[in-house]
Amino acid sequence: MKLRLIVPLVLTALLAHASLAAEPSAPETITLASTTSVDNSGLLAAILPTFTRESGITVHVLAQGTGQALATAARDDADLVLVHDPEAEERFITDGHGTERAQIAWNDFVVVGPRSDPAHIAGGHDAIEGFRAITAAGAPFVSRGDKSGTDALEKRLWRAAGIDPAATGGGKWYRDIGGGMGAALNAAAAMEAYTVSDRGTWLSFKNKASLAVLIEGDPRLINRYDVILLNPAKHPVPKQAAARRFAQWLVSPEGQAAIGAYQVDGDQLFHPSATSPK
Amino acid sequence: MSDFWQAFSTGPFVQIVVLSLMVSFSATTVAAVMGLPCGAALAICRFPGRRALTLLANAFLGLPPVVVGLALYLMLSRSGPLGALALLFTPGAMVLAQTVLATPIITALVHRAVEEPWQEYGGALRVDGAGRLRSIPILLAIARRPVLTAVLAGFGRTISEVGAVLIVGGNIAGYTRTMTTAIALETSKGDLVLALGLGFILIGISIAVSAGAFALGEEKR
Repeated sequence: MKLRLIVPLVLTALLAHASLAAEPSAPETITLASTTSVDNSGLLAAILPTFTRESGITVHVLAQGTGQALATAARDDADLVLVHDPEAEERFITDGHGTERAQIAWNDFVVVGPRSDPAHIAGGHDAIEGFRAITAAGAPFVSRGDKSGTDALEKRLWRAAGIDPAATGGGKWYRDIGGGMGAALNAAAAMEAYTVSDRGTWLSFKNKASLAVLIEGDPRLINRYDVILLNPAKHPVPKQAAARRFAQWLVSPEGQAAIGAYQVDGDQLFHPSATSPK
Repeated sequence: MSDFWQAFSTGPFVQIVVLSLMVSFSATTVAAVMGLPCGAALAICRFPGRRALTLLANAFLGLPPVVVGLALYLMLSRSGPLGALALLFTPGAMVLAQTVLATPIITALVHRAVEEPWQEYGGALRVDGAGRLRSIPILLAIARRPVLTAVLAGFGRTISEVGAVLIVGGNIAGYTRTMTTAIALETSKGDLVLALGLGFILIGISIAVSAGAFALGEEKR
């Protein structure tokens, strides 16, 4: 009788371990620390199979905020990064973690908010004017607060507007949720609040509810995506060559064409810019 | 709605379910192998530190997954003490994290399950000449139904847990994405219907596993 219990248990355990042991990192697997905006928008899922077919290299994607992605790479836990916060990237390189950086694509950020638009900012092209109007109206605003690229951009805009939102509206209209882009959009949809989103995540986001794009086209809202290789002196990760091959593919004509071809519902999400960086 | 059903019949979805089950079964098996004898030993053996260990096992019933995940992350990181194992962001790391979470649950519940039969039959077992260690399998067999519940509680923790596997697994598509991390991801993409659908399937799997375990348990009555 006991055998009937034990045999399936042991078999399950053996099977599980055999298949788990067979999988881990074959030599040609690299880990890319990237941002939620390029992963959740579906871009990487769309272009990676082409690269894997050509090179035999599988890319494991960690979708984190830019701050977390850079920290992951600084701990040697990723082989290269694809992020979008120019200031944080420069610190990463000055600190000696990264060496070569190349822009692969750009798109833009948008200020989204409820259609009822209590701060009357719809149709504007000046994010800073918009932020001032939101502050004056005391209208709810959701901040990522997670040191992501989008969070850094939002903080730069507040600084440019000369407003300290946490001091004037913290706990009231300024709501720091400490979460990813999707969590921030879900929160903004539920609270009828304003927030800043990258266009890729916004276009592929499915719970827009009453939210709409209210401000776009401000040159300050440009969103640049850079790939950075790790400094081999400081991070002697074993997969430098494969990581370099992937970075080179991203800026190659094939990689750039694959990025440009990715669409969601007929909208192009990322504009390739390796040859003419924005 | 057709998108909805399409999402569940695709290869990646099947892979996510299979990975979830494999990681949880592996972790529960390892946790049971450690927790069953440890829990029984806590109930019947007398050794220094027994009370402290019992208290610890009970306290760790509420071990926060996110803290376990973070601690393991720091240990398994390439720049951490166990970095050479190259386990971070692999299913192996997820099994490790869930084993840490499930072992105290199984240990503490088995301890309680074995206490009573030990008081009842302990004397008789000793008269029969069985040592304390040899009594352990006999007592586990006597208390098999509460012991089964203990193992199922451990399994429940592993299959439903998201904080630790997200940190040490990384939610990598096609490699370390489980049911729970996929639900968190779909929620963040605003696809609430798909997320909820995945949630119902996860609950269905839990029910099926419990039912299967109970069927095995009842058979032995």
